[in-house]
Parts: sequence; C-alpha cells; structure tokens
Amino acid sequence: MSEITPDLVRHLAGLARIDLTEDEVVRFTEQLSVIVDSVAKIANIIDAETPITSHPIPLANVFREDVVLPSLTQEQALSGAPDQAQGRFRVSAILDEE
Amino acid sequence: MAKANLMDYEKALELFEVVIGLEVHVELNTKTKMFCGCRNDFGDEPNTNVCPVCIGLPGSLPVVNRKAVESSIAIGLAIGCKIEANGGFSRKNYFYPDLAKNYQTSQFKDPIAYDGQLEVEVPSGNKFTVQIERAHMEEDAGKLTHIGGATGRIQGAEYSLVDYNRAGVPLVEIVTRPILGAGSEAPELAAAYVRSIREIVKALNVSEARMERGNVRCDANVSLRPKGQEKLGTRTETKNVNSLRSIERAVRYEIQRQAQILADGGSIIQETRHWHEDKGSTSSGRPKSDADDYRYFPEPDLVPVQPSIELIEKLRSELPENPAAKRKRLAGEWGFAEMEFRDVVNAGLMDFIEEAVAEGAKPQAARKWYSGEIARIANSEDKDVSEMNITPAQVAELARLVESGKINDRIAREVLSAVLAGEGNPDEIVTSRNLEVVSDDGALIAAIDEALAKQPDVLEKIREGKLQAAGAVIGAVMQAMKGQADAARVRELVLERANRA
Repeated sequence: MSEITPDLVRHLAGLARIDLTEDEVVRFTEQLSVIVDSVAKIANIIDAETPITSHPIPLANVFREDVVLPSLTQEQALSGAPDQAQGRFRVSAILDEE
Repeated sequence: MAKANLMDYEKALELFEVVIGLEVHVELNTKTKMFCGCRNDFGDEPNTNVCPVCIGLPGSLPVVNRKAVESSIAIGLAIGCKIEANGGFSRKNYFYPDLAKNYQTSQFKDPIAYDGQLEVEVPSGNKFTVQIERAHMEEDAGKLTHIGGATGRIQGAEYSLVDYNRAGVPLVEIVTRPILGAGSEAPELAAAYVRSIREIVKALNVSEARMERGNVRCDANVSLRPKGQEKLGTRTETKNVNSLRSIERAVRYEIQRQAQILADGGSIIQETRHWHEDKGSTSSGRPKSDADDYRYFPEPDLVPVQPSIELIEKLRSELPENPAAKRKRLAGEWGFAEMEFRDVVNAGLMDFIEEAVAEGAKPQAARKWYSGEIARIANSEDKDVSEMNITPAQVAELARLVESGKINDRIAREVLSAVLAGEGNPDEIVTSRNLEVVSDDGALIAAIDEALAKQPDVLEKIREGKLQAAGAVIGAVMQAMKGQADAARVRELVLERANRA
C-alpha cells in the first residue's frame, strides 16, 4: 500500500494552490494511491544494473550556441498580462518574502 | 520592531563556537540567457529581453546554453571541484511572481560540480581551507519592485511590478560545507571567501562580478553552539548582503544577536533574515516551513548534461592563475614595499599595473602613475580608474618618455591630461604640442647667460659655497624655456659656469 494519506493530499493541494473539497480529498487520496502503487511495480522489474533515467530517449548534451535571438517587444510580452503598469507585469503584493 | 539585544562580541566568542555556511550566487556574463536566446543585459527597458521560454508561456521549450555550461565547469574546476559526468536539470517548484513558470529550473541531486575546496586568507594573514559542497547551475529570477510601501519594501506595499529581463539569466550557486574553527575571524573569513570567489570568476571572465549590480550575491548562514557541544546549533540565513563589508558586518551581527538569545535561555528560530545596510542589523523574514517543500523533479524538457573528459581537461588547461597565488607572485616580482602593494590591491590597480608592465613600464613607474595622478583625477571626477580614458600601453609609453628624459614629470602630467582628453597617444601629444624637453645645451646656455646678466652676483655666491643661489638662475631659465628644460641639467651647467669663471 502507498503512503498517500488525506493529510498529504491536503498538503500537496496547498503547495499547488488548489482548493479541494473534502470529497475531492477522499477521492484523490484513493486515486493517487492507485497511481503510486502502480508506478511502484516498476521497482520489481528493474535490477541494480538498470541506469536511472528521466527520459525515454537516450539523448544527452543538446545545447544551443550563445547567440542572441530576437525577443518579444514589451507590448507583446505584456499582451497576456491581466494587469500591467510602467512596462511591467502588475501583481498583488505577496507578503511572505522580500 | 524591538531592537535586538546584542552580546559583546568577545564574550559571545568565549561562550560559543561559531559555524558559518555561505551560498554565493554568481551571475554569468554569457551573451544570452540560460535556456533561451534573449539578451543577458543589465539596465534595459523592462520586459524587452523576454520571450515565451523565459516568461513561461505554454508550449515553449528550453534549450541549454553551451557557453553557460562551460563557464560553470570552469568555475567548478577553479574551486577544486569534481565535475559531474552525468548531470541534468530539475524543477524547483514554488509560487512567487519573480518567475512566471511557477518553478525555477535548477539542479538538485546532480550538480555540475561538487567536492571542492578553496584556501582563503583573512586580513590577519591566517589561512583557512573552505570546503565546498557543490556548485550548481540554475536560472536567475525576475526583478520585483514593490509599490506603495513607505520604504519601497514589501511591508505595506499595495502591489508589485515585475520585470522579467533577468529571469532566466544563468547563475551558478556555490555552496560551502559548514565552516568551523574560524573563531573570532568568522566574519572576516566570510568576506574574504566571497572576495576570493569574486576574484576567481572575474579572472575566469565568466561574470562581470559586480556586487553592486548583484552579479555576485551572498547568503550567509550563521549558527552557534556552546563550546564542547557536538551538535550544530540552529542556523539563520541572512540574505540581501551585497557588499564584502556587509557580509562581514551581517555575520558579526548575527553572532552577537544569537549569542544573547541563547545566553538568555531562548532558542534560535530557523529562518531567513534580511540585512539592512542602513541600520546595520538583520530582521526576521519568513520562517523555513512548508514554503521550502520544493518538490524537485527532473526537468522533462531538458536532456542530461554529460561533459566529456576532453572538454573538462580543455577547460582545466585554460584556467587562469589563481588570483591569490598571482598576487603573491606579483608582490615578489615587482618588489614594492608591503604597504605599497596592499594599497595597489585594495585600490583595484593590480591588473592595470600588470598590463602596463607587460607593455614595458617599470613596475614602480606604473604604480606611481596609477595610484598617483590617474587615481587622483579619477577620484576628482568621481570615477573608477577603469573608466579613465587611458590604456596600460599609454601609461607605459608615458613612463618611457619620462625615463628617457624626453619629458619631465611636470610635462608628463600635461601629456596625461591630453591623453585623458582623447588627444591621442603620449608620443603623438609630445610631438603635436611640441613638449619635448629642450636638451640642446646651446639653447640652455643662452638662457643661462641671459639670466646671469640680470643677476651678476650669483656666480660669486656659488663660488663662496652658497649653492642655493643657483636656484634663482635655474628658475629664470625654466621660465624662459616654458618649463621644457631638464632642471637638473640647467643646474649642472650653472655650477660648471661658476667653477670655470
């Protein structure tokens, strides 16, 4: 069985800034448990020789040369902003950091 | 906010052992950002160096800047680190508008460089070996301006404005292991360590390394433990320390503040603190809590970074001389007095003098020009010597002109002003302004004759042993030659004349 608990789901929801109802907490606790348990099965079919990867494609060292490419204009950059002022994105003040 | 009680520094050190840890962020000077081709420039119009990648628009894909990886490896090698053979990037998830993606692309388990060390000398001459845990690549965040608060700080602000020009600029974060055993010199060591890192990245030419612009930034962790205790104390992390002097002061302040709390039976809260340069104190920021649950996971949009042995060895072979070792070498080669050399280093003139010497100047002559007249003029114009319009080659040429006797010191200062004014090289100025010292004895003798005719008793006085009487004649001759004569030669000629007659 996985370690997913309702409290953990509430915690993750908080971190992700998602407002969950208690019904959703119960439902997601069950669903996430199934997912985690399913993924855990992989541990049974690999051995110590299997390299850890985060990609399905064996590819490494994809680089870009240090060459300037065109940027957006300020108007374009701000075109999707809900609010703006003085050429900048305007956001509500968030008090937990300076 | 109540003012914190501070324990006397000496007393704090009697009771507690100081442990510090330093995190230094170095902004790289690549032309473009870490994961996109936007310009990496300081001071441009807000949100003009941004693109879908660095403002996190859906569907955009990052691509790693090759130069940034090479610069990061070079930094790692210069601080004695091993280089990770199979690294990659992770997402560090947090919500704050300084990054539009809601995560920072960083490195977590597999930093590009790890297990290094740096020998650092503090002003007393004591040396400490600082162990380096890791140096990892990440992207810088955007710049927030808080509007509406009385002091421009977040407290009381009504809203904030975000400029993403800096978002995505390549950073290397260098993290030390806990540093023990520095005792009363912990504050000096913290500053000296950051100075060393700054010198190294400057020598590597991978960063502009200007602290006032935030190219090099330091977070200082400080904790205390009662003497004899094994377990490390609770630490605080002081941010916003943007000068070497502030680092020293902030560490000292935290030692005194924490010592008083502990001595009073209190406990230290693990938290972020902010340094206030104006007040010389730190204040509580946010406590470390859920907010630090970053849920790192491998960045699915980027593939692993696997630097080849060839690349690593090539970068190793190109490393410049360690700045501290270089200072030691130059101090020996130049033969300056200890104070002279220290002044040169503190004034940031060493590199200029080195270049001027490479251009053929004698070390003392180069030093004299840079720490004398050039520094004086720069200072009077409120500029840095690096901003002065004169090259080390021109300084070397100026020094050569004086040495060869073509011009004297006074004329040389005039030539210097002309060089600074953009009139050309010293040689050209001497020619175009017709400043060459008159060394033709004929012209000098004629001027001496004229001066002696007006002061006929001078020769007699000299013969009586009153050599200072020659001064009046020398002065008159120099005036007649408009200063373009070698005063020593005039004196010789006057004395010769007196002895002959």
